[in-house]
Amino acid sequence: MAKVLVVTSGKGGVGKTTSTAALGAALAQMGEKVVVVDFDVGLRNLDLVMGAERRVVFDLINVVQGVAKLSQALIRDKRLENLWLLPASQTRDKDALTDEGVCSIIADLRNRFDWILCDSPAGIERGATLAMRYADEAVIVTNPEVSSVRDSDRIIGMLDSKTVKAEKGERVEKHVLITRYDSARAARGEMLSIEDILEILATPLLGIIPESQDVLRASNVGSPVTLNDATSAPARAYIDAARRLMGETVTMTVPVERKGLMNRLLGRRAA
Amino acid sequence: MDAIAQPTRQLVRMRGRSYVAFVFCPAVPIVGWLDEIDATLARSPGFFVGKPVVLDLSAVNLSQTAIAHLVTSLEQRNIRVLGIEGVDEAHLTASMPPLLTGGRPCVLVQNEPKKPEAKPKPMSLLLESPVRSGQSVVFTEGDVTVLGSVGSGAEIVAGGSIHIYGTLRGRAMAGVNGNSAARIYCQKIEAELLAIDGYYQTAEDIDANLRNRPAQAWLEGDVMKITALN
Repeated sequence: MAKVLVVTSGKGGVGKTTSTAALGAALAQMGEKVVVVDFDVGLRNLDLVMGAERRVVFDLINVVQGVAKLSQALIRDKRLENLWLLPASQTRDKDALTDEGVCSIIADLRNRFDWILCDSPAGIERGATLAMRYADEAVIVTNPEVSSVRDSDRIIGMLDSKTVKAEKGERVEKHVLITRYDSARAARGEMLSIEDILEILATPLLGIIPESQDVLRASNVGSPVTLNDATSAPARAYIDAARRLMGETVTMTVPVERKGLMNRLLGRRAA
Repeated sequence: MDAIAQPTRQLVRMRGRSYVAFVFCPAVPIVGWLDEIDATLARSPGFFVGKPVVLDLSAVNLSQTAIAHLVTSLEQRNIRVLGIEGVDEAHLTASMPPLLTGGRPCVLVQNEPKKPEAKPKPMSLLLESPVRSGQSVVFTEGDVTVLGSVGSGAEIVAGGSIHIYGTLRGRAMAGVNGNSAARIYCQKIEAELLAIDGYYQTAEDIDANLRNRPAQAWLEGDVMKITALN
């Protein structure tokens, strides 16, 4: 059975697109047939992070409006043959999305893929509500700081009321993914602790992604962090999270960067 | 001489007055109609006892014997017929109730046993999941109980008291309909704002020593008091 998973947060810049790409690639590496769908119409980024920006011909809006067929808009990843991208349009805005159009595209994708990962735009307006509308599961991306946590709380409330599942009286399965976590700063009390975040959000934890230069480095070369360097700390954390999405029980650890002697001597190097 | 004493003549005074009576309108077949009366009596025996009853025979065409039979049938059921209307006087004998005319319809006040009143609506609202940021719960009819936390940026508005079995991080407004006896209880207070009957305190006003502890808030005159619960 195909699963529709929305990656959402409310707040911008917390790592939704990075997480969508990383989780999508990790699931594809595990043998699942995956499509990542960019719902950020007008401010698309997922194509860049996936390294497919030079191959976009048709996009989500073209399919919604019937200009192109779904198969024409889907872009296959060059590294993983069972990973696909449905890009958003950069020249339109979120009003070009319609409920009926999204409904039919999601229904169509369900027949072709095991996982449909919807990369939600920031905010709580049309783009974000339509990205979560048909979701079976949700990953709520949160940074360990109060504004991000409060926005996530708001989004969880919307997942419980504005989705098709919620309207049918069912529940969207929700997971919290904490990104940009710096254990050293958390230990000094400069960040919200994991316990505080989970206490506020009252939602199960999917994973903890450490703050790392590897994330930016991977984005800059157009590669999901899990593909770019599968041994890096954030990649290992995303792979664990993907395994939990598949139903595996994986002990929750906060992966730390393995710093070599040179790194320690030279300190942090620019990405 | 006339030995017989003439009794003093007393003036007979007569006045007109109208009364309210039940009017029966028998329909043919009379036997079936009587069954209906029996059914009514079975539901509430003695319903017609002592009540004035008038027979309106305008809808049926009955012979003298049939009328006599009907009147006796009703008497057997303890229904006394006060008068008869809607029939030719020639059909009535001297032993029958008199003919009545000029009746006016009126509304009958029935003293039937009152139906048990519908149960009053529950005066409290129970929420079994956390109230998330941005959600607003308004229940002006009574108390609100939350089994979970109230997120920062969420609000609870209640006509009565507010009970939160979790952390209160948002706003709680109790007694909004002018109920100054309403209170706010929470297991952990980190509220943005507390209000009872219009009197409020923001997070800044709340004593920092109370933070993260179980607390209650109530009104004493026009001063809001907040104390720890233990």
